Amino acid sequence: MKDALLEVRDLRTVFETRAGRVCAVDGVSVAVRRGECLGIVGESGSGKSVTFASVMGLVKAPGRIESGTIVFDGRDLRGLSPRQMRAVRGRDMAMTMQDALTALNPALSVGEQIAEVLEAHDETLPTRGAARRAAIRKASVEMLGLVGIPSAETRLRQYPHEFSGGMRQRIMIAIALACRPKLLIADEPTTALDVTIQAQVLELISDIRKEFGMSVALITHDLGVVAEHCDRVMVMYAGQVVEEGLTAEVIGAPKHPYTQGLLASIPRPALRGEPIHPIEGQVPDLIDLEPQCRFYSRCSQRRERCLAPIEMRAIGPAHNARCILAGEEET
Amino acid sequence: MSLAAETPAASETILRRNLATFSGNRLAMLCALIVVLFVVMAVFAPWIAPHDPNETDLFRRLQPPGWMAGGEWSYFLGCDALGRDILSRIVYGARISIFIGIAVILVATTIGILAGLAAGYLRGWVDMVISRIVDILLGFPYLIFAIGLMAMMGPGLWNIIFALAYKEWVIPARVVRGETLVTRELEYVEAARALGASRGHIMLREILPNVLSPVIVVATIRMAHVIILEASLSFLGLGVQPPTASWGSMVSDGRAFILEAWWVSTFPGLAILFLVLAINVASQGLRDAFDPRFSE
Amino acid sequence: MSLLKVEGLSKHYQGKHGLFDRLTGARHTVVRAVNEIDLTVEKGEILGLIGESGCGKSTLGRAILRLHEPTSGTVNFDGANVTTLDPAALKAMRRRMQIIFQDPYACLNPRRTVAEIVGLPLKLHGLAANEAEQREKVAAICARVGLKPGQIDRYPHQFSGGQRQRIGIARALISHPEFIVCDEPVSALDVSIQAQIIALLLELKREMGLTYLFISHDISVIGYLADRVAVMYMGQIVEMGPVEQILANPRHPYTQSLMSAVPEVDHSGPRKRIKLSGDLPSPLRPPTGCKFHTRCPLAVDACRSQQPDIETVGPGHTAACHRLAEKLTLLDEASA
Repeated sequence: MKDALLEVRDLRTVFETRAGRVCAVDGVSVAVRRGECLGIVGESGSGKSVTFASVMGLVKAPGRIESGTIVFDGRDLRGLSPRQMRAVRGRDMAMTMQDALTALNPALSVGEQIAEVLEAHDETLPTRGAARRAAIRKASVEMLGLVGIPSAETRLRQYPHEFSGGMRQRIMIAIALACRPKLLIADEPTTALDVTIQAQVLELISDIRKEFGMSVALITHDLGVVAEHCDRVMVMYAGQVVEEGLTAEVIGAPKHPYTQGLLASIPRPALRGEPIHPIEGQVPDLIDLEPQCRFYSRCSQRRERCLAPIEMRAIGPAHNARCILAGEEET
Repeated sequence: MSLAAETPAASETILRRNLATFSGNRLAMLCALIVVLFVVMAVFAPWIAPHDPNETDLFRRLQPPGWMAGGEWSYFLGCDALGRDILSRIVYGARISIFIGIAVILVATTIGILAGLAAGYLRGWVDMVISRIVDILLGFPYLIFAIGLMAMMGPGLWNIIFALAYKEWVIPARVVRGETLVTRELEYVEAARALGASRGHIMLREILPNVLSPVIVVATIRMAHVIILEASLSFLGLGVQPPTASWGSMVSDGRAFILEAWWVSTFPGLAILFLVLAINVASQGLRDAFDPRFSE
Repeated sequence: MSLLKVEGLSKHYQGKHGLFDRLTGARHTVVRAVNEIDLTVEKGEILGLIGESGCGKSTLGRAILRLHEPTSGTVNFDGANVTTLDPAALKAMRRRMQIIFQDPYACLNPRRTVAEIVGLPLKLHGLAANEAEQREKVAAICARVGLKPGQIDRYPHQFSGGQRQRIGIARALISHPEFIVCDEPVSALDVSIQAQIIALLLELKREMGLTYLFISHDISVIGYLADRVAVMYMGQIVEMGPVEQILANPRHPYTQSLMSAVPEVDHSGPRKRIKLSGDLPSPLRPPTGCKFHTRCPLAVDACRSQQPDIETVGPGHTAACHRLAEKLTLLDEASA
């Protein structure tokens, strides 16, 4: 894809567990363009977080990337040494975690944690001495100001537990953005937050993205968040991408039964009194999967042809789905 | 996010899973086997010991081990100052060490569980009183405390058990109290209250099974300590009284002849070392299997 | 007559007051988690209780059931004053008032099988003559909530989050209660599973004639299933009324901002949103006057000094705000 900042192709990440081989990410291809906000939607176990942990080179044992290519800004990340990978991480792409309380180090002040990133990656800083410290301090104050934390000077000296949940998420964003990365991977940035705070944080990410011309990969389980903040969306299910396209198309006219089911599952005041239509059953065990459509057991429109492996199919200029029915007349 | 499968075989209980983890740890299994051998030795002492442990024979005074010049193979580890067979005394001595270790831990753990559950679940003044007693007892150095008690009560098997259990119970009590404080806030405990369950039901049926794993682990670790303490008391002459064989008093007996007859003190000392080491390693394996929070 | 009538219910927590504090003369710190709450729940209805984390909604639910002993106030259930019941009467009452919990992992004892967990209420209240009858009843309720018959001898860790929530529901319903506090029962679940549980709870309500107090932080869920809504902020109910009224015509600025903050799939692209400045104030030092004034764009001097009274603003619709008479809405302000 032209204009892609990050291009992942056929990524497979597996975990060897005592119970067997878990294929958490199974042949995922994803591209994030420059300056766009891509939403990645899926339920727990869909592989959405593992996909991006793989991109960041942060898959922990017993997990490992089995195959696939990850090209970021023209470089093949899988060919990099751990040392080169560390240089990319934090400087060119950064990730924020869902739980800011555990992701921040409780023993270091917020200022020290921002400084750590700058120390490691910022080559424009003066090399040593007071000038370097002053430059780091100035940059840290600027970052806290940017994410909307008032009286940044004094708050730099405070520790994570002295901040509220929303503020901690902002601090994590500040740390992630300290080196002006080209790609921000935001893993469920608002799941732990209250709605009024959630709105603030999402708007902050949107504003900064526009200001820096940064790309954002927003991992979430909330289709509402995607609808309001993302240009494109990718829906994942059981380790595979099942549908992707422009947000308005995917949410307005979903083609994959899973996407349709997800949308129908969201309780809304508008549906009062009408029965809700949940997707029956549960996500399949990712151990020893059959080659058939992953959604087969829960699909209301399944048929015999679904027992064969299903490929992604183009059903519009920028709309793909992994379903034999997609694009055909709806039944 | 849960990656691992969440539906293991139907018969798999937590206990079974933990035991499977434990048996996968070879070193711990080996040590557990050593402990079992010691226990077997203690139980079947009359059949295993080659001689009567208390039979004195002044002709064999300080006779060296079988492989040394002047030794006899039938007195494999040699004899002590009264000509008693050291191997037989070690075999019988295991009875004292293991019996006291188990008895003290059983008594202390039972008291500790009840006190810890009461303090952790009932809180309020019950917790105040129990926690203060625990703090005070922890303030005394263990051995000096036990020596003091033994000096007051006089030596004897039951007095040793009492003297050691008197302070030992605070260890499980603290563990149980801490675990209970966490567990009582969990929703399943609240659910039981919402269903109308009594305090006794909640403490014994809902909380106790969930705090038992760390208690079992701690009990095995502490058993090694208790065995050392018993040996120390016996070494000081405050333990079981002669002529009953006890490893601590055997080490003590050999002190005077350590240069000319090193075997008198060394072999019972090694017995203490092996048993305590085996218990410690085995209990660490247990801890890794039962309480994964502590393992890396 | 209402099935449940709560009057002036408060739950205050005393801060730790050590020797040092007493020597230095420090004052007691009191957290008013739930403060002077009045509400009623009619038989057969769903009252939605909504608010952000820390607003006291869960504490209110537990204080009503006396899982947390209320500091003051009364709870009347079907004519009986729950707050003064002796232990034996309370135990009998527990059979009629139940709770479903948020966390499907913490709410089941990991050392007990499903049969033991679900059968516990029968055992405690002597509702089954023998083991066989108990097992039969457990199997029946488990089948009703969607578990397979072969699963009742398994342990909780062998189930997924959604299935565990079904087990929790079975436990709450087996004694045939009339009133259930649903404490965020779907918040920890994935979207598709959430819908399954909501559908199940609604079916069971219809079949068994249940009454719910449904606690949630999710307006979409409350808007979908509740008949009436109460909005809580810092231990108090700031607005209460029929769900249509609250959704279409929210009168309290907090309700308005809460509604505008929810991302919805039906909206695409950015939309007008009321921005609340700042975070929740610390419950240890609550603001004077109206608790919301520190974040309210409409706050005037009176809000800072005086607590607003609860006023009736429509049929069955009440709110507590100094500026109700002006009929302002924040969205007007934002566009003005």
